[in-house]
Amino acid sequence: MPSPRYTREIPSRYRLEAARCNGCEGVVFPPRRICPDCRGTEFDPVNLSRKGRVVTSTVIHVPPADFLMEAPYAMAVIETPEGARLMTQVVDCDPSSVVPGTEVSLEFRLIRREDHGGILCYGHKAVPAT
Amino acid sequence: MRQVAIVGAGMTRFGELWGSSLREMFVEAASGTLDDAGADHLDSIYVGCMSGGQFVGQEHLGPLMADYLGMAGVPATHVESACASGGVALRMAFMEVASGMCDLALAAGVEKMTDGADVTNVLATAADQELEVYYGVTFPGLYAMIARAHMEEHGTSEEDLAWVSVKNHRHGALNEKAQFRREITLEQVMSSSMVSEPLRLLHCSPVSDGAAAALLCPLDQAKKYTDRPVEILGSGLATDSLALAQRANPADLGAVRKSADRAYHMAGLEPGDIDVAEVHDCFSISEICCLEALGFAEQGKGGSAARDGRTAIGGDIPVNTSGGLKSKGHPVGATGIAQAIEIFRQLRGEAGERQVDAARIGLTQNMGGSGASSVVHIFKGV
Repeated sequence: MPSPRYTREIPSRYRLEAARCNGCEGVVFPPRRICPDCRGTEFDPVNLSRKGRVVTSTVIHVPPADFLMEAPYAMAVIETPEGARLMTQVVDCDPSSVVPGTEVSLEFRLIRREDHGGILCYGHKAVPAT
Repeated sequence: MRQVAIVGAGMTRFGELWGSSLREMFVEAASGTLDDAGADHLDSIYVGCMSGGQFVGQEHLGPLMADYLGMAGVPATHVESACASGGVALRMAFMEVASGMCDLALAAGVEKMTDGADVTNVLATAADQELEVYYGVTFPGLYAMIARAHMEEHGTSEEDLAWVSVKNHRHGALNEKAQFRREITLEQVMSSSMVSEPLRLLHCSPVSDGAAAALLCPLDQAKKYTDRPVEILGSGLATDSLALAQRANPADLGAVRKSADRAYHMAGLEPGDIDVAEVHDCFSISEICCLEALGFAEQGKGGSAARDGRTAIGGDIPVNTSGGLKSKGHPVGATGIAQAIEIFRQLRGEAGERQVDAARIGLTQNMGGSGASSVVHIFKGV
């Protein structure tokens, strides 16, 4: 999936911009038109703080081809203080140290090089909070 | 709505069938089904297949398969719901016959996974590409995160996971259609190579080729085809977010619970009424979560079921007597139909060494993605 397409279609993800539903106060990331919990359609923008806590995690030993050079690497579902959840890699640490409850910071990083053209694809990765 | 029965079934062996193409496997399973029931025509065909397009570059499977079955002209529809494609194809055929729109429908499933595309990448298209796969997660990775959440919340152990695989291989060793007809030990599972922590290779279902088909007609016409029809009492389908991160509790498979509730409600039955079940054990943790969602174990208590022998043949709720996806194999589009065939055999007393004593009511549960779709059917031997 080409990174430039994501930039055009969901620019908010590169700025960690989420939306808080006026109906149920739930925070969704990236923003949507319809709240998945209450079907509300009125939202306020929320900038996610660049930190979070691991909800659940794994260490991937058999990776997709694009990530072959990185394995083994930790992946986790992160919850930010605003209540948004996102899937990220957790890097700059021993992958086995990433467990539910681990506190992390989110950083803008290179995610992958796409296909044979090697186009650089960016996004966020987590690192252990200092 | 009319009462509907399965009156015939057929399937290929599951495994690395390098000498068989997608269409050949379908024809073997479908013509076997027609022969089984002595049927010479069809009113409708449903072909469950996750991704002929990505695995072998072939879409538009409805007419292709109808043509190769010698039935060009018959209405034929391709059904896609990732790994639940087969189960959903069965539901579509059930609804068409129940509604009175047709009298004789074939519900089939097929997948050609080996000898072609990058399987990890193809399967990952059933997960959320934009939000999760982009960052490097795989399907074993998603289920590993479900496993870790279950272990964290309920104290489920790696040994609990391993017992599911040991039990299903013990069953699959008795199944002539299974990809891996051999038993494995707890030590082998616990020392197999790591795929995505805490899931090891022997916690994961294999990459497989195969096809399966079942023939459905109104119950009051079933005697034309067989003396022992199996009635479909209930069908439930439910959905959840593709993205694991969007779920409040990753260890709780909400779509499985909802699909089961709908099927139980339609059948007027409860979990305690089920004598034998086929459950979607694509990874050992998924059988544990599904046991809970289906009401066969209390929430958080599914981990001990295989270890305690509850889900083995002879236990109080035998699960995956076919060997399950783990031992029988998991050609993703065919799995949901193959599950129904195992229950069909069990309820007719045709399961040989795998036969569950006095099995009268059976259940199948087939899911797609990391539980984003789940379909449950409940059957009764007539």
